[in-house]
Amino acid sequence: MSAIKTPKEQITYANLLFYGAWSALAIMTVTYLAYVFGILAPHVPMEQVAALWGSPVHVYLEKANVPTGWNWLVLIGKGDFLNFLGVVILAGMTIVCYLTLIPAFLKEKKTIFAVIAILEVLVLSLAASGIVGGGGH
Amino acid sequence: MNWKSNSVRLGVLAALACVLLLAVAAWASSDAGSTAAAAEAATQAVTNGSKLPWWAWPIILLFFCFILGIIAVLAGVGGGVLYVPLVSGFFPFHLDFVRGTGLLVALAGALAAGPGLLRRNLASLRLALPVALIASACAIVGAFLGLALPTNVVQLCLGGTIIFIAGLLLFSKNVTRPVVTKQDALSIALGMNGVYRDESTGETIEWKTHRTLGGLLLFIVIGVMAGMFGLGAGWANVPVLNILMGAPLKVAVGTSKFLLSITDTSAAWVYMNKGCVLPLMAIPSIIGLMMGSFVGVKLLAKAKPKFIRYMVIGVLAFAGGKALLKGLGI
Repeated sequence: MSAIKTPKEQITYANLLFYGAWSALAIMTVTYLAYVFGILAPHVPMEQVAALWGSPVHVYLEKANVPTGWNWLVLIGKGDFLNFLGVVILAGMTIVCYLTLIPAFLKEKKTIFAVIAILEVLVLSLAASGIVGGGGH
Repeated sequence: MNWKSNSVRLGVLAALACVLLLAVAAWASSDAGSTAAAAEAATQAVTNGSKLPWWAWPIILLFFCFILGIIAVLAGVGGGVLYVPLVSGFFPFHLDFVRGTGLLVALAGALAAGPGLLRRNLASLRLALPVALIASACAIVGAFLGLALPTNVVQLCLGGTIIFIAGLLLFSKNVTRPVVTKQDALSIALGMNGVYRDESTGETIEWKTHRTLGGLLLFIVIGVMAGMFGLGAGWANVPVLNILMGAPLKVAVGTSKFLLSITDTSAAWVYMNKGCVLPLMAIPSIIGLMMGSFVGVKLLAKAKPKFIRYMVIGVLAFAGGKALLKGLGI
């Protein structure tokens, strides 16, 4: 039976993903409890969120005065927007994991994989930046 | 066998609980016009067509998603593909928010499963890398398309897609170990091969892909659909990787799950930047589905009741029909 060797970069990726994803979920749980139990006051009152969650997003943004893109960062002290911290970690983990792949592939002279990883980081960063169509409702 | 019948019973109970919660959600989110005046005077319970106070919805979502997580694992489908049609069909939330949350639900599930799959070589990073690049770039396009089109058009397309997925789950015949006689040049260049150990037989299995170009082109469509509807795309990834490209079923399923963590990331960012993520509904959905998935995995180790899969196909067909009717304004 031939020995099965998991590529080193795959193990690094898996470990980073493991700690990142579970940290994000833990943060989400804590911030959500602080939000719903009113420990931190929200920017948009619960009743207003409930009154608007059946409307299209542009109506919600306009009536609740909610910022788009990364402008939520100025409201990080508010209970509702603090929840985005965990969400951002969750959505950002793949970019972080890919960043570790690039030097690993370059070191092993696997240029084609390094180029693919660089392109993926660019694609995900573009999506995360909000540059493409961010805030345009 | 006793353990098997117990597991079937648990599956039935989960399904019944899910139906019950859906019925409550459908009743509570139905037009509350006649009761609105009375309720408004008493409390702030009636909000935007809902008969329940705001705090009831996160609790219902948490339990609903917990059961959904169990059923999704037992039926072998992703959480997003069940979450979007059911929550948009039976809960009071607008499709914009449901799609944003659906992507996060699928993403959280994929991120939690990814490490284990990668460590055991059941997800291949090298198979995923090129495929993910195409799908994630196209998911951004899909997300913009989905947010730019009128809601009724997206509902119609979603309904059609969900019914198509139900048909795909019913009729597609995945192959445990497809025969790949010759690895094509693109597959060789991209290193799309590997080896894994099948725990059920103890065998070490070497694999490689073929028809790589066709497979990569199909991921353009898959990426657009994942971004447009917020569904995740395991239902499409698996047949393309397995039936078309010739990856063994276990590798196709594992790599597909891992792929979602990349494809859904790009679309999720677009929905987040557009304001389509409401923490009040998103967080209980994510946590509920994750907890349900853990319980589902434990049940799965004992038995895989086939009827749950057929039930999910029925539910998908029903939810797809409801989305179609919603899109038509009926």
